[in-house]
Amino acid sequence: MSNLSAPTSVSTPVVVPVSRAVMWLVGTAIVAFALYYFIGVDQGAYSIFGKDMHIHEFVHDARHFLGFPCH
Amino acid sequence: MERKLILRGALAGAAAGLIAFVFARIFAEPQIQAAIDYESGRDAAQHELDHAAGLPVEHAGHEIFSRTLQANLGAGAGIVLFGVAMGALFAVAYAICLGRVGKLRPRNLAMLVALAGFLGVYFVPFLKYPANPPSIGHEDTIHDRGNLYLAMVACSIVLLIGAVLLGKRLQPRFGNWNATLLAIAAYVAIIGVLMAVLPSVGQLAANVEEFGRHATETPLPLTDEKGTIVYPGFDADRLYAFRLYSVGAQVLLWGALGLIFGPLAERLLQPRKANTEHPEPVHNA
Ligand SMILES: [Zn+2]
Repeated sequence: MSNLSAPTSVSTPVVVPVSRAVMWLVGTAIVAFALYYFIGVDQGAYSIFGKDMHIHEFVHDARHFLGFPCH
Repeated sequence: MERKLILRGALAGAAAGLIAFVFARIFAEPQIQAAIDYESGRDAAQHELDHAAGLPVEHAGHEIFSRTLQANLGAGAGIVLFGVAMGALFAVAYAICLGRVGKLRPRNLAMLVALAGFLGVYFVPFLKYPANPPSIGHEDTIHDRGNLYLAMVACSIVLLIGAVLLGKRLQPRFGNWNATLLAIAAYVAIIGVLMAVLPSVGQLAANVEEFGRHATETPLPLTDEKGTIVYPGFDADRLYAFRLYSVGAQVLLWGALGLIFGPLAERLLQPRKANTEHPEPVHNA
């Protein structure tokens, strides 16, 4: 991977060598997907807190116009 | 560097989400309210029919949050947090793409990643399973609808990444322009087959059983036992307006995300130009 961070002629060089940044990149992606899941899916198609509907009802309108299936 | 990019992505996403929310609050919210009113009216009409037929009448559960809270605070929080999530994901994709996808200015790359996000996360899935206002969608099918939608989102994102990789592989042989066109063609062909193969929501077993064969779950007119229409079907113009505004909100969200993130990233990356001869190993933010 180290060769990727070497100077290149392209206008934007590789600035984030994946080997070193992998923890941050993967961690961020996981958090982002979790947020996506709670805004769009939980207490609808799936529910990890049982029958509670607070999140669903709170973000309900957002769910509809962000394109998620709802009721 | 990656931490600085992710932070900027999340902030740009929050700002973009706020812009999309203001748009949605003005244009989409009245459509949602009208759809909820339609639903209540339809439920009342259904109750009367059931009552006349001597069937047990279902009563709707109580509401947890008021409509005012849902339409303002709830919708706002939902869209802004969606913006933050997409901004963070955007920054991850951007960091990986930096320097690996040809000669692009940081700003132009930001717009391309935003376009990819719009298409992959929202618009391509929308083409098969479009956004629906309240009252469209049956409770019994939410599990299947949810799965189909998520499958569509996952496939469109994965295929989009595949198309970029394919384009990169074809580029040395066919040149930039033709390689891009070939990659797009491959993406469209595969996603087209996928859309043709996946069932539309109206074809789900629970729907066919209860309502017969229809393409969608959009409510048809409610009729009594003589076939007289006692309550109209869902207004087609309202459905169109809702979907148009839904697309509009996403165009705004991803467009603003790219436009805000681009200059931020450029400013972050520009100082490095001075010493590209001896680039520092990645700084930790
Ligand atoms: Zn709903």
